[in-house]
Amino acid sequence: MFAFILRRLIQAAGVLLAVALLAFVLFQYVGDPVMIMLGQEGTPTERDQLRKDLGLNDPVIVQFYHFLSNAIQGDFGLSLRQGQKVSTLLRERLPATLELSIAAALIALLVGLPLGVYTALKRHGKLSQALLAFSLLGVSLPTFLIGILLILIFSVSLGWLPSYGRGDTIKLGWWTTGLLTKSGWTHLVLPAVTLSLFQVALVLRLVRSEMLEVLRTDYIKFARARGLTRRAIHFGHALKNTLVPVITIMGLQLGGIIAFAIVTETVFQWPGMGLLFIQAVQFADIPVMAAYLCLISLIFVLINLTVDLLYFAVDPRLRAGLGKHSGGH
Amino acid sequence: MSNNMNNQGLSNRTDDVTAAANATDRVATNDPTNVLEVKNLSVEFTTRHGTLKALNEVSFSIAAGEVVGVVGESGAGKSLTGAAIIGLLEPPGRISGGEILLAGRRIDQLPDDQMRKIRGREIGAIFQDPLTSLNPLYTVGHQITETIVTHLPLTWSQGRNRAIELLEATGIPAARERIDHYPHQFSGGMRQRVVIALALAAEPKLIVADEPTTALDVSIQAQIIELLKKLCREQGAAVMLITHDMGVIAETADRVVVMYAGRIAEVGKVRDVIHAPRHPYTVGLMGSIPSIHQHVERLVQIDGTMPRLNAIPQGCAFNPRCVKVMDRCKLERPELHTLGSSQVACWLHTEVEKNER
Amino acid sequence: MRAALAKFWEGDLAWSWRHTPVAIVATILLAILLIASFGADVLAPHNPFDLATINLIDALKPPVWHTDGTQEYLLGTDSQGRDLLSALMYGMRVSLLIGLAAVTGAMFLGIVLGLISGYAGGRVDALIMRIADVQLSFPAILIALLIDGVARVVVPGDMHEVIAFPVLVGAIALAGWPQYARTVRGSTLVEKNREYVQAARVIGISSPVIMFRHVLPNVLGPVLVLATVHLATAIITEATLSFLGVGVPPTSPSLGTLIRVGNDFLFSGEWWITIFPGAALVLLVLSVNLLGDWLRDALNPRLN
Repeated sequence: MFAFILRRLIQAAGVLLAVALLAFVLFQYVGDPVMIMLGQEGTPTERDQLRKDLGLNDPVIVQFYHFLSNAIQGDFGLSLRQGQKVSTLLRERLPATLELSIAAALIALLVGLPLGVYTALKRHGKLSQALLAFSLLGVSLPTFLIGILLILIFSVSLGWLPSYGRGDTIKLGWWTTGLLTKSGWTHLVLPAVTLSLFQVALVLRLVRSEMLEVLRTDYIKFARARGLTRRAIHFGHALKNTLVPVITIMGLQLGGIIAFAIVTETVFQWPGMGLLFIQAVQFADIPVMAAYLCLISLIFVLINLTVDLLYFAVDPRLRAGLGKHSGGH
Repeated sequence: MSNNMNNQGLSNRTDDVTAAANATDRVATNDPTNVLEVKNLSVEFTTRHGTLKALNEVSFSIAAGEVVGVVGESGAGKSLTGAAIIGLLEPPGRISGGEILLAGRRIDQLPDDQMRKIRGREIGAIFQDPLTSLNPLYTVGHQITETIVTHLPLTWSQGRNRAIELLEATGIPAARERIDHYPHQFSGGMRQRVVIALALAAEPKLIVADEPTTALDVSIQAQIIELLKKLCREQGAAVMLITHDMGVIAETADRVVVMYAGRIAEVGKVRDVIHAPRHPYTVGLMGSIPSIHQHVERLVQIDGTMPRLNAIPQGCAFNPRCVKVMDRCKLERPELHTLGSSQVACWLHTEVEKNER
Repeated sequence: MRAALAKFWEGDLAWSWRHTPVAIVATILLAILLIASFGADVLAPHNPFDLATINLIDALKPPVWHTDGTQEYLLGTDSQGRDLLSALMYGMRVSLLIGLAAVTGAMFLGIVLGLISGYAGGRVDALIMRIADVQLSFPAILIALLIDGVARVVVPGDMHEVIAFPVLVGAIALAGWPQYARTVRGSTLVEKNREYVQAARVIGISSPVIMFRHVLPNVLGPVLVLATVHLATAIITEATLSFLGVGVPPTSPSLGTLIRVGNDFLFSGEWWITIFPGAALVLLVLSVNLLGDWLRDALNPRLN
């Protein structure tokens, strides 16, 4: 078990390194770092000096090392667009994105999971068919369109909910939260629902198909042959076996949520990292792009690692060291 | 044992329709010593190609404590019969005719929640693959105890003690520790012992065992069969042993039912059927088993293959492959007729009977 | 040819299609949309790119069923006076072209890499699969965004419009190949050990020929299902990128670009400029998804 964790950690480190390399390449070679730092005003002597200071005349390995050591400390230089330190910008924006993402993930789980189970158990009922149709619509609607529609209905037409920004936030240490104010909550509703809708539909379909698979297995057949109650079979056996692969996929979907937050934040002008990233792409703000890339990779790698460990904890076959550790079942 | 088979009308039946109309005084009567009676059971599948009859008026009975083997090639309908009896026929299959009686009580038309109470408590089941029969996420002990407390009025800890006893009875060493192990921690043979323990947990009167040893090593097969037989005898449970392996039947069963193309070809005591088979198909089956005692140059084979469900010939299903085929066989389907303590569905033997009278 | 078509019509797949109303409806819908988009040059009532035909006076007209609407502009006009219905049809064409091209690219790349990976095994297999796995742990949209963003920076500003199309296609294709590769590799591994492959090897047929001629046809079923799902995803991804402003520029807008442009008018009441392209997008993706769902169920041997 220990060997397993170690191996996964090494893999994770490898991925992070690869991403850092990519970011480094971006940083150093795409666009001119000297221009980035000095802008248009630098004189040739200043540029040469800066070149030396930045170590741009050093071998690539050394440059990469510097980049890496800076990156680990969170130093990515200054934003081209706003002139502030990139790390400061990201730190300001991180809470907004995280709160939005976690809210969306919770909605996806709390709504999608039970609905998925329901449509699997009552697969031929009218409600199930309706839910299934709805879920198909859910995966066919792009997130931004959902946002626009919701704004149209709830903000423009009905005027119930705001469509812009985060509302009033409260600072707790370096974290800013919108969860402690009423306007924070009203501003959270539409973006969170928008971000979660695709996931709700996905989770619903996933849970349904997994559960239907499980209900077809021999051990469920044997459980029925033993005369176990419906409740024991559906919720004791089938559900438990369904959840194991679902956990993995849900965890990976969290990464997708954070990525799609980019779109949602754009539609609702939600001041998170995603909006920052898009503005960086539009502006060719390399330092921000590179920093976002590294940060996101870190988050994804951490999520993957956690999911792997969770899987390990839940499936006794893996714990015993026997059985193949595949991504599925 | 099967003394119910003597009161047979030997009048000529002309075709399936009149036979079906007179189904009530067919093979098995309502003899209360029979734990299971299957009367003219028919199972159909409705597919896009049409309706296929997978079981066509299958009738036999199992007396209390008996071991009855059901043998036949793949696709003959053995497993389907088992599934129909337990009430776990998968759609689009459904019972389209006949009756299934458990200790005199009809069970083929019961609603699911009543059938559920019967499953496990009165009829136990064993399937082929012990690895996939057990839920990998629960301990063996949990699965057994769960079954026990579902059917018997015991608390969980009482059930758990029973479970330990059951495991010990099935020959699993260190049962007290191993009860908390997961299925993947057992070897194939051990797992099937667990499955047997599970099937017997609620003390059913009938066990339907569908190919219980096929997935196991040959060296363990005999052990498992012995165990099954021993435990069932101790509990007084009858066994319906479904298999394609005639050797297992020979060792274990009291009587044997030979199935072919969804119908029964022959029923009788194991000794009789093996040494004096009547139906030409059974003759072919017995002949194709190599014997250590005989020295044969070539294995005997029955020419041709069993027909698919949508291409069953008219009359006797076996007639294209039968070496003793007569004209009548190609037109009329033979009914199960009693000859002594056996039954055969073959015009050959009806003619013989008639001639001898 | 006729015989082959007749055989197909009698086959299981066609039977399933004929008996699944949803599949028939989806096919008809998709067909209508395809005809409208690829026939836009001929079928569109106006040409939204011909500056001579655009009249600013006609700007911001509502759809025909409104009091101010006219029959000339069935779905209304945008802020420049361009007919929305026509813009929509051309926009659908752009969206479809990018989507189809991206899927083809991803499929091609994925199949080749998957075949090589499965057939060659060993280090090559490990390398390709490692890259695929790592890439799969990142959301496709992020990868597409990244490639697109980098291209933007690397290529000088005035070239942006020219390269937008190929960059988008490339980005989405590169983001999507791992799924195909994984699937194809899995099937290849299974087929590799079959007798017909061993036999071909013994005869001396070269590996690439075995891979493409013999193994590939057996692997196409799941790939096809994947492709339909991927098409829907690709169209959504392109629309999203365009909406974010890093996709197709407004000179030759896709549905996503149209939605983006129209979004500014949402609050002032001219909802149609953004909603109709949105509806078209949804219908397009929905019909593809419905077909994909049906295809997956129809090709699943177990559900028979």
